Amino acid sequence: MTILGVALLALCTLIGVFLGDLLGVLLQVKANVGGVGIAMMLLIAARIWLIRHGRLSHATKLGVEFWATMYIPIVVAMAAQQNVVAAVSGGPIVIIAAVSTVLLCFAATALLGRLGGRSTTSAEVEHGGAVIAGDTDDAPLSKAPLSPTPLHRSARR
Amino acid sequence: MLHMLEHVFVEQSLVAAFAVVGGLMLVSNLAGKRLTRGRIHGSAIAIVLGLALASVGGLVTGGKRGLADIPALAGIGLMGGAMLRDFAIVATAFEVDVIEARRAGLLGVIALALGTILPFIVGTLTAFAFGYHDAVSITTIGAGAITYIVGPVTGAALGADSTVMALSIATGVTKAVMVMVGTPLVARLIGLDNPRSAMAYGGLMGTVSGVAGGLAATDPKLVPYGALTATFHTGIGCLVGPSLFFLIVRAMVG
Repeated sequence: MTILGVALLALCTLIGVFLGDLLGVLLQVKANVGGVGIAMMLLIAARIWLIRHGRLSHATKLGVEFWATMYIPIVVAMAAQQNVVAAVSGGPIVIIAAVSTVLLCFAATALLGRLGGRSTTSAEVEHGGAVIAGDTDDAPLSKAPLSPTPLHRSARR
Repeated sequence: MLHMLEHVFVEQSLVAAFAVVGGLMLVSNLAGKRLTRGRIHGSAIAIVLGLALASVGGLVTGGKRGLADIPALAGIGLMGGAMLRDFAIVATAFEVDVIEARRAGLLGVIALALGTILPFIVGTLTAFAFGYHDAVSITTIGAGAITYIVGPVTGAALGADSTVMALSIATGVTKAVMVMVGTPLVARLIGLDNPRSAMAYGGLMGTVSGVAGGLAATDPKLVPYGALTATFHTGIGCLVGPSLFFLIVRAMVG
């Protein structure tokens, strides 16, 4: 059942956000401390468990993956409601602080990314990208080097 | 007639948002393929279009939520709001290659630490240069350079005044917008093409909306890795901003 996948995703999100809130209370900060990150790790763990026990059905997978394919459209909707006017009219202090922060962090990304050599991306990573890009149906036609039957491959492991 | 159409949009706001964003993506993908011959990712165009529309919405309505402040397009606010955004971000974790993520785990932690410290230093120095000499204001503006959520959380905890809070939030929002637009432009230059560098990038840039947009516009396969580290960033910032960072700043400026 597809709803099982959606429910699994919802459960992981709820637990993660709850733990993040709890951590916030314990550490006395008025914010959620990494709730979404915890939720992501719970979902990763849930997927491993389901595969190991052979319980990851196609429908369950569909329920989660549908929301992964909705990621980019949702992000576009997010972009459409940013307070761009405030960002543009913030004055020099805002522009200087933001621009230098972003440039410095890009430079640091370049440095850190090169630490310990480069990793080549696996077929599984490419498949994940195809799902999130929302072109799972025409996957064999896309340029990404996909394994021929990603579904069966991941089910067998 | 137009009135009735508007009524449908208002009543079915989320459904309308799906249709509008779908149309936007369709146009952007066509533009990406036809006008730039696939050189620019369709989602990059869609995100920049979204930001442009957000500024139009902001100018027309004078509100803070871009396009979502127009009543007929209020559903955009729900679709792109924190709830569905986080739900979709968590869903992308289903596509994570565990071995890759584990391999880059330590790098992500280092990036998280750097991504909190570096923006804060830059923010505080800028604040100081522009004539803010009290510890509360300096810390609040510095925290805004971490993300636009860390800024106001820190400011509220320290009792900063509202102009400083506004500057802090504006700094964070500007950072987020710049990360969204800038990431695809510099991706190749900074080696952002594998899970390892994506995890470093997420931890360093932090701003969840910036990283969400930046990676979606760059390469979908990097999304879950960058998002995984970026989502911890705000929590850590909120933790150290009003406490450790404030104490250090106060010790330095008195």
